[in-house]
Amino acid sequence: MKLDIKNENGRSIALLSGEIDHHNAREIRTELDRYIISVQPPELVIDLKNITFMDSSGIGLIMGRSKLMKEWGGRLEVREPQPYIKRVLKLSGIERIVRIT
Amino acid sequence: MKIINEIKFTMPSLSVNEGAARAVVSSFLIQADPTVEELSDIRTAVSEAVTNAVVHAYRGSKGVIELTVRLLPDRVIYIRVKDKGCGITDIKQAMEPLFTTAPEEERSGLGFSVMESFMDKLTVRSAAGKGTSVTMRKKLKSHGD
Repeated sequence: MKLDIKNENGRSIALLSGEIDHHNAREIRTELDRYIISVQPPELVIDLKNITFMDSSGIGLIMGRSKLMKEWGGRLEVREPQPYIKRVLKLSGIERIVRIT
Repeated sequence: MKIINEIKFTMPSLSVNEGAARAVVSSFLIQADPTVEELSDIRTAVSEAVTNAVVHAYRGSKGVIELTVRLLPDRVIYIRVKDKGCGITDIKQAMEPLFTTAPEEERSGLGFSVMESFMDKLTVRSAAGKGTSVTMRKKLKSHGD
């Protein structure tokens, strides 16, 4: 599991690579929260294009970060999920609270 | 029931074994030549079932999780994830979408919903203090479909 965060035109882009399950969601959550709390970005994009597997642990991860961003009016977006990951996202109904592009 | 092939895998209830369980299932399923989508569905359902056992069955302690994968006639895949943990007192409630007893761990409460929706059949049997058995089936498409 790998996480790279960069700034792109004022937006923070978190590029995740590997698999998101309950085991490694904890590590990603810790790293993302450390960044979110210290930087308080107005916009955070979680880029999923390099994620090869995600179960419902990923839904908990996204929902938790969305809640944290909202604490100061920040916005979370999820970008480029693979088709099979889109199915998990759709099943959860998360697109009602997080923008998926 | 005729079993064409079967694999049984036991593992301690360590979260790192969620990935190991997916890898075992993927390797076993190669012989059935599933589509990418079918393989992804089964891997996701297995991951949910094993995660449930890791997170809920042996809270505060460690136990054993048994994973059985079978190839049955007519390209039916049978999966069983069994633990000897605390059991589920109210299965109906546990299967409700978004119900979770572990919100502090950011569990979304969607595990059983994913299993139900990605597999053809899901059966949960549980007894308080004795453990839980989750069985799932999925029929793979024929290559002519």
